[in-house]
Amino acid sequence: MGILSFIIFTPLAGALLVLILSSAQSKYFKIIALVATILQMIFGIMLFSDFKYGTQLLKTPDGTETVAYGINNPDTFQFVEKGDWISINLGNYGILDIDYYLAVDGLSITMILLSALVFFVSVIASWKIEKNLKGYFALFLLLDMAVVGVFCALDFFLFFMFWEIMLLPMYFLIGIWGGPRREYASIKFFLYTLVGSVFMLLVMVGLYFSVIDPALTAIQAGLVQPGADINAMKAAVLEVQKLLAEGKLSPAVQVHSFNMLHMMNTSNLVPGSIFAVGGEIFGYSARLIAFMALFLGFAIKVPMVPFHTWLPDAHVEAPTPISVILAGVLLKLGGYGMMRICYGIFPEGGVYFCYFIGLMGLISMVYGAFVCLAQTDLKKLIAYSSVSHMGYVLLGMASLETVGMNAAMFQMFNHGTISAMLFLLVGVIYDRTHDRQIPNYRGLATHMPQYTAMVMIAFFASLGLPGFSGFVSEAFTFVGAFNSTYIPKWMAMVGTITILLTAAYYLWTLQRMFFGEVWFKGGDHWRHELSEINRRELTALIPLAAVTVFLGIFPSACLDLMSTSIGYMTQATIENGHKLLEQVSQMAVK
Amino acid sequence: MSNYIILVPLLPLLGFLLNVFLGKKHFSKAMVTTIALGSVALAFLVTVITFFEFLNSGEESIKVTYYQFAQIGSFSLPFSLLVDPLSLLMMLVVTGVGFLIHIYAVGYMSHDVDYPRFFSYLNLFMFSMLLLVSSANYFFLFIGWEGVGVSSFLLIGFWFKNTNFTYAGMKAMLMNRTGDLGFFAGIMLIYVVFGSLEFDKVFSRANDFESGTFIITMITILLFIGASAKSAQIPLYTWLPDAMAGPTPVSALMHAATMVTAGIYLIARSNILFALAPVTLNIVAITGLCTALLAAFIALSQNDIKKVLAYSTVSQLGYMCMALGVTAFSSAMFHFMTHAFFKALLFLCAGSIIHAMSNEQDVRNMGGLKKHLPITFLTFLLATLAIAGIPPLSGFFSKDEILVHAFEYNVVFWGFALFGALLTSFYMFRLLFLTFYGEFRGTHEQKHHLHESPNVMTYPLIILAVLSAIGGFVGIPQLLGGSQKFDKFLEPVFSKAELKLSHLETAHLSHATEWTLMGVSIALIIMSILLARRIYFIKKIIPVSEKVKLSFWHNLSYHKFYIDELYRYILIRPMHFIHDFLNLRIEAGIIDRKVNGTGDAVMGFSKYLRLLQNGKTGYYIFGMVIGLVVILALNFIF
Repeated sequence: MGILSFIIFTPLAGALLVLILSSAQSKYFKIIALVATILQMIFGIMLFSDFKYGTQLLKTPDGTETVAYGINNPDTFQFVEKGDWISINLGNYGILDIDYYLAVDGLSITMILLSALVFFVSVIASWKIEKNLKGYFALFLLLDMAVVGVFCALDFFLFFMFWEIMLLPMYFLIGIWGGPRREYASIKFFLYTLVGSVFMLLVMVGLYFSVIDPALTAIQAGLVQPGADINAMKAAVLEVQKLLAEGKLSPAVQVHSFNMLHMMNTSNLVPGSIFAVGGEIFGYSARLIAFMALFLGFAIKVPMVPFHTWLPDAHVEAPTPISVILAGVLLKLGGYGMMRICYGIFPEGGVYFCYFIGLMGLISMVYGAFVCLAQTDLKKLIAYSSVSHMGYVLLGMASLETVGMNAAMFQMFNHGTISAMLFLLVGVIYDRTHDRQIPNYRGLATHMPQYTAMVMIAFFASLGLPGFSGFVSEAFTFVGAFNSTYIPKWMAMVGTITILLTAAYYLWTLQRMFFGEVWFKGGDHWRHELSEINRRELTALIPLAAVTVFLGIFPSACLDLMSTSIGYMTQATIENGHKLLEQVSQMAVK
Repeated sequence: MSNYIILVPLLPLLGFLLNVFLGKKHFSKAMVTTIALGSVALAFLVTVITFFEFLNSGEESIKVTYYQFAQIGSFSLPFSLLVDPLSLLMMLVVTGVGFLIHIYAVGYMSHDVDYPRFFSYLNLFMFSMLLLVSSANYFFLFIGWEGVGVSSFLLIGFWFKNTNFTYAGMKAMLMNRTGDLGFFAGIMLIYVVFGSLEFDKVFSRANDFESGTFIITMITILLFIGASAKSAQIPLYTWLPDAMAGPTPVSALMHAATMVTAGIYLIARSNILFALAPVTLNIVAITGLCTALLAAFIALSQNDIKKVLAYSTVSQLGYMCMALGVTAFSSAMFHFMTHAFFKALLFLCAGSIIHAMSNEQDVRNMGGLKKHLPITFLTFLLATLAIAGIPPLSGFFSKDEILVHAFEYNVVFWGFALFGALLTSFYMFRLLFLTFYGEFRGTHEQKHHLHESPNVMTYPLIILAVLSAIGGFVGIPQLLGGSQKFDKFLEPVFSKAELKLSHLETAHLSHATEWTLMGVSIALIIMSILLARRIYFIKKIIPVSEKVKLSFWHNLSYHKFYIDELYRYILIRPMHFIHDFLNLRIEAGIIDRKVNGTGDAVMGFSKYLRLLQNGKTGYYIFGMVIGLVVILALNFIF
């Protein structure tokens, strides 16, 4: 067991502990959850301190040293944990092989750290949950495990498993502990995400049949003995890939694999299989269709307009800590999945569809911001602002430019911390009055000055004010998109309108709810209920605010972690993408 | 010492952090004052020391890099500050005038319950402005730029119980952000074209471009959009008069002396780019001139003392802008400096009056304040003479320089600019006569309450008055036997641009022409002052109340050309329409309806499908038989 397993399964251990204890001991559940998330954070910090990035060198298995970029090169991943998990001989269909394969590179490290932070904060925000604590914290910790698992998994099957596990606790957490329309919202969330999962499942199965594990195949074909030294293994792998390309490898010895890194290497594709280069479905390139299918699956999660309508409903009904997790981490799974899987396995899709992705990002940004302006429910407003802010991620990704791609990833991290703050802040007044309607409040700045100060910090961070991390990622997204040769310059130009609209809806909210003379719809009752933000709530907010400010002033603390990996990924996507597109068009000519 | 330049922005930032987090609960008022004023005073001190060291060092510019802000592949963004004549000039004025205004604010805000918050915001502003002027690249300039906008938002809406004030703050920030879009787009374009955002790299690479290159014209136009919002030029100027909702020291500091000059600074800083774009220069010059005239015309009929001064600021910024447009960069900066002195003074005097009048701002209720507020009166008079351009006060030299350059550029420009100057002296003296002369027109209580402000407020007035009087002597033209120290000091900053522009250089004016120009303008200005005196002092005409019908031109001026109303119809209304349309028609009406419709369709389909499962055995057997027959038939056919 390596550190990644500890990070993933500490919450699971907590969940089991919660389940074992009787409901009478419910006062310990919060403590268990808190301890589990704190432990997870500590493991996260250990991971961070040992993580090699930038020019720091990493020892590979064959003894050489290299820059730790990861992405599609197994030797440059860190904290690798790999073990056989499921292996079934299917006779003529080859051998089914599923690995327990965890590793970290620059793409996932920031997301793991973000998850640890957000889950810790959410436990603090869960302190006031009263209904069925046992179920709540068990599901909560299960969710934690699944989310971190997704970020660590490099085996598609494992990834998919964590992905699906995540759905279940989320469904119940919204459906049981949510607001008045919780059932509608949770079903909508569940079904919508499941639609995405179906696409993913189909592509995953297709990929499985198209990809072999060259090392295991070599052993199976008797080209090399198990446990041979690394150089012999490498030679055998090359031999297998050569035989495969020539069609001389019998299907019976082919060991199929869910390993994502094998899927990224086109030499491992079985000729004539569905996702081999040039494979077609109904006359269209199967690989491009697969990219799109996966992309849509992840886009639902991001969420991208027009697949976003589950988000406002889910947010509005979800209890505060679940909203925090939803906006803080769950949406990032979409963006992460796109980068890791869509761009990693089908790079030509990233090149081919860049215009479309950029356009959809732009639409999400501008449309989301406009819809925000029309909201009267504070939580819904923030939910739509998530749609708008996640649009930046798509625009940055579409740019296929190093700065833009880095900015997209950084934007995900920043949106995680900032939107978590925003939802915590909405929770503060909702806990007190059970009302989130903007017109029902006026003059909160006079009544709750400290709370207002925190709200202003969060609003300003979210509207991209310099000094906060959001500004850096948004500015860099535009710089990247503008500098890109793949998407037209007007996209970045038009996108900047979002900066203005975002300022407009936040300032207008301040104007309506916080300024002016004190007036509440609930009258003196509310005035009494609306006590100043308390120490527990501040404890949840301050770490997030601190991270936001710190990264606003020293963004390189986060950017350096990922820039090597993402730079490499960008280059690989462009090079391989063009190469594959060219191969396909040449085949078409023949 | 240049290495310590970071202290200049950093000290106010520290002051902000201390006061904003600890001020209210843990610090005494004296402590808050010490921190707020001390940080600015120290910043001023550091600037002065750096200034003298810089003069002695003989360097043209010093860049100090502190840390790597971001490094992504080849995209590198260091945090570096720049010490050169232009940034030093800006820093001196900002910290110097800023410090005086801080002192004044101690008296002005002494009764306010949110005293610590006020000073923390002022310090935040100082930080942003100082970062803006000392940054060595466009990115950090933009950071300061945005910071200035937010401080302005916070300070305009400082008394947040009044939603009109906060609305003005929101308007200011949104209008500024509109300009920021242009500025930001300009920055992106600069990065694409020059591959860097550092001033030194951009400017040296720009040197290789031909004059009139399309891409440079684009960049400069975008930068000018940003500058025009911040420096309140047409069409983005309407936020500035509304910004007067803030406490008066704020109006003096930000909306007169410093923040609004950020746009002027941006253009002056990018002088080489603008020098390569003659088209943009023309746009800048014409916009500046139009703004100068329009705002002066509006100022003629305003009755709120701060509004008159606000429009006067817009008008003076127009002059600076015009000066930049006619490539008189150092004249623009000269006018920026003298304007900072006398406009800050005017606002502080107005604050002193408002303080004495128990928050009355309408000049129709003033009058005869001369004997009650002697120091305020004298300093106000001096500032008025300075802004009107009466020699040998500071405003005379700077305005004269601009007029001479305008004449060199185009005689028509000169004519209009002079006309604007006449309007300026007219409305300023109108204000002076209405406020300080005649009978007191306020209520009895106000009259009883009238008093000169305390020393903490009058001393800054006196110092600023001295500066307004002698500030122009650093730039006495050769014609009057001066050595133009100011121009020589700034020369290294503008030399490259001037080299690029040398082909446009017109013959220098003869001394006789210069003397004539000067004589004509002084004579006309004195005549317009006499006209104001005749109307408002001798005839004692008091502006009528709102109810009386005004003449067409008077109406237009009084209602500020209905620009705000125009914006409401062409911008705000459509905005509301769009977001309601998207939210109700598209979001709820189409997207979400389709999503729910999909669910409903499945439910509807299965409602019929489940009729097949009716639990009757006979029915199932019947189904099986039909099925078998179909299968056999198909088997037979194919």
